[in-house]
Amino acid sequence: MTTAAAPKRVELDYAGSERLTMNMGPQHPSAHGVFRAILQLEGETVVDVDAVIGYLHRCHEKLSETLTYAQYPSIASKTDYVAAMTSEFAYVRAAEQIGKIEVPKRAQYLRVITSELQRVASHLLWLGTWCLDLGGALGGGATIFLYCIRERELVLDLFESLVGARLLYGFYQVGGVRYDVPADWVKTCRETVDLIDSRITEYEHMLEDNPFFMARVQGVGVITRELAEDVGISGPLLRGSGVDFDLRRAEPYSSYEDFQFIVPVETAGDCFARYRVRMVEFRESLKIVRQALDRLPDGPISSRPGLKSVAQTRIPKGEAYVRVEGARGEVGCYLVADGSAKPYRMKWRGASFSNLAILPHIVPGHKVADVVAIMGSVDPVFGEVDR
Amino acid sequence: MTLDQARTLIGQQFATAQIEAAVEGGPVVVTVSPDQWTAFAAFAKQDLRCRFFSFLTAVDWKDAGLELVVRLDNLDDRIGLMMKTKLGPGVSECPSITPIFRGANWMEREAYDMFGIRFAGHPDLRRILLSDDWEGHPLLKSYAVDTPHPPYR
Amino acid sequence: MKPPVPEIPVPVWRNFKDLQEWEQLHQVRPEGDKHSSAFLSITEGIHSFPGGFVVTTAADAFLNWARKSSVWPVTFGLACCAIEMMATFASRFDVERLGMVPWASPRHSDLMIVSGTVNIKMAPMLKRIYEQMPDPKWAVSMGSCANSGGPFRHGYFVVKGVDRVIPVDVYVPGCPPPPESLLNGLLLLQDQISHFRRTGKRAEPNPKVD
Repeated sequence: MTTAAAPKRVELDYAGSERLTMNMGPQHPSAHGVFRAILQLEGETVVDVDAVIGYLHRCHEKLSETLTYAQYPSIASKTDYVAAMTSEFAYVRAAEQIGKIEVPKRAQYLRVITSELQRVASHLLWLGTWCLDLGGALGGGATIFLYCIRERELVLDLFESLVGARLLYGFYQVGGVRYDVPADWVKTCRETVDLIDSRITEYEHMLEDNPFFMARVQGVGVITRELAEDVGISGPLLRGSGVDFDLRRAEPYSSYEDFQFIVPVETAGDCFARYRVRMVEFRESLKIVRQALDRLPDGPISSRPGLKSVAQTRIPKGEAYVRVEGARGEVGCYLVADGSAKPYRMKWRGASFSNLAILPHIVPGHKVADVVAIMGSVDPVFGEVDR
Repeated sequence: MTLDQARTLIGQQFATAQIEAAVEGGPVVVTVSPDQWTAFAAFAKQDLRCRFFSFLTAVDWKDAGLELVVRLDNLDDRIGLMMKTKLGPGVSECPSITPIFRGANWMEREAYDMFGIRFAGHPDLRRILLSDDWEGHPLLKSYAVDTPHPPYR
Repeated sequence: MKPPVPEIPVPVWRNFKDLQEWEQLHQVRPEGDKHSSAFLSITEGIHSFPGGFVVTTAADAFLNWARKSSVWPVTFGLACCAIEMMATFASRFDVERLGMVPWASPRHSDLMIVSGTVNIKMAPMLKRIYEQMPDPKWAVSMGSCANSGGPFRHGYFVVKGVDRVIPVDVYVPGCPPPPESLLNGLLLLQDQISHFRRTGKRAEPNPKVD
């Protein structure tokens, strides 16, 4: 029987009279959301971290038992609110898998385009807020933040013209998507994608030529491959630790097999490796969007159009666990359906919940300033952690 | 290793486990009894090489009791394994698989928080999402979703 | 012959249970502000002169202008609305042109923009941060979750509106409110601040109308 080691605790040599318990409370300047880390410090080194979550627990799983399959996707967006369509995707695909509902090709391509644009928008926000944390709001970190938000606004403009909402949508429905692309959207999308592509190179140079950034980020927060798989982290964290696993390549869904893209893998496992993985993912997402726009097929956008009442979609008895590759990793929805218009049980496998569970294993041994760098590279979104 | 080979191996080692019928591309779904839970988890990690711990959760089947569901993955051979166990009516104890998979730590704490399942052998079983002094386990079907809690709601 | 005038009943909002609940449970601002006795005696002295009220009104107007042009919000992003709040603070919908510098420490800020769902675990923390802010302070409830619990209202762990925890001055609806709405709310707040107080006392509620 294999035994896995307990979370890491670092014991330092001197008498330990400098042990201090510091609370990095639910409200703090690092712009991640409501997370509380109770750090045990010996001087400046973190010896133990107790991650307290639950400050954003919004009862998603219990509420989903009271909402129908047509009503829930817009609530599903509020789990991973930075890349909201990812969560909708998992829920809707789970219902479609149990109910064996076909999704038309055009809807699949639209889903791919919006998912990849969400990944780009999410990574832009990640880069902006991570650099904001590393640099301080008035100390130069705001530079990359403002640039990234400027690009993100362009992507959100695309979504606003497509769906009507900037941040939280109800775009995916069981059977397809809700709206079709307006006139001129494809052209604007191509222009935006080209613009973002040219600007990412600028940000990379800005950051990688900065010795302070490199010093703070290289060698910090190393996640070994064995730990990564054991804890169940996914997404750029897993690929930054050397595991070549991307759900879009391993279990292609929604026509991802039609597109050519590279899955970046780095072996170092530190914050810099995860940063490199995400920067390459930027470009690959933009490549996928271009390919999908070129080959966007005609056809219906939903196999179940024209919803007349919210209780119209009934899914027969069954269960399914469906996962998608979100910006943060494996976002999954375990759905148990019982034949009515509402699920019997729905569990969100949040990527950030599992990703955050790695903190007690990698943070001890680092300095307090590194905690912020590690948190940023883990990129949690607390809607997913607390649900 | 293919899915069918995995099913054969499971059938050989655990004769009493119920393996569900194969769905194309679908995961291997196995139901074991609670006393074989940790043995099966260790077997999955070593012999089936399912080292990726995806999630652990529970389903409340009202009169039939609680059911634990765990999803493991073998990333190299692309095998998905769903292991389930039914803890009979009225039972809410189960051995913990945290010594085997570190990722089960927070997931089991959440199952304790939401369903009241006590995991024997868990290093630090306390509430994770709700406040520490919360009474009740919300995801049980006997708990109403709109339970008042003055003055906040 | 004239057609009968239809008897349209006067809308009585007392029948709306949620508003009734709100009446009983929402927090109200405490009366007045804390002034030092020196300040009170000086204003007393100025008022004793004929036409002294002109001085205090002008002083009030100046102070209110200064207060509203430099409201510093404490960054209190809880959930999805925090992303829209960050977008409002960023380059396209700049709030710094209104004088609002987002500041992490509550001890140095005037405004708390509660952006996101407040749940029972977070409510005491929110109250603690609000109490750490020095007077005069304002609170803006951003988004439907902070206004009334929002889409999660019926969840067992969600507070039905942040006004059950702290007194709120401006409610900004939306899920999430786009930055234009939040800016609208902040400008309304600036209007409220400019009417903040005349001669050291807030306006009394009129028993006939209110």
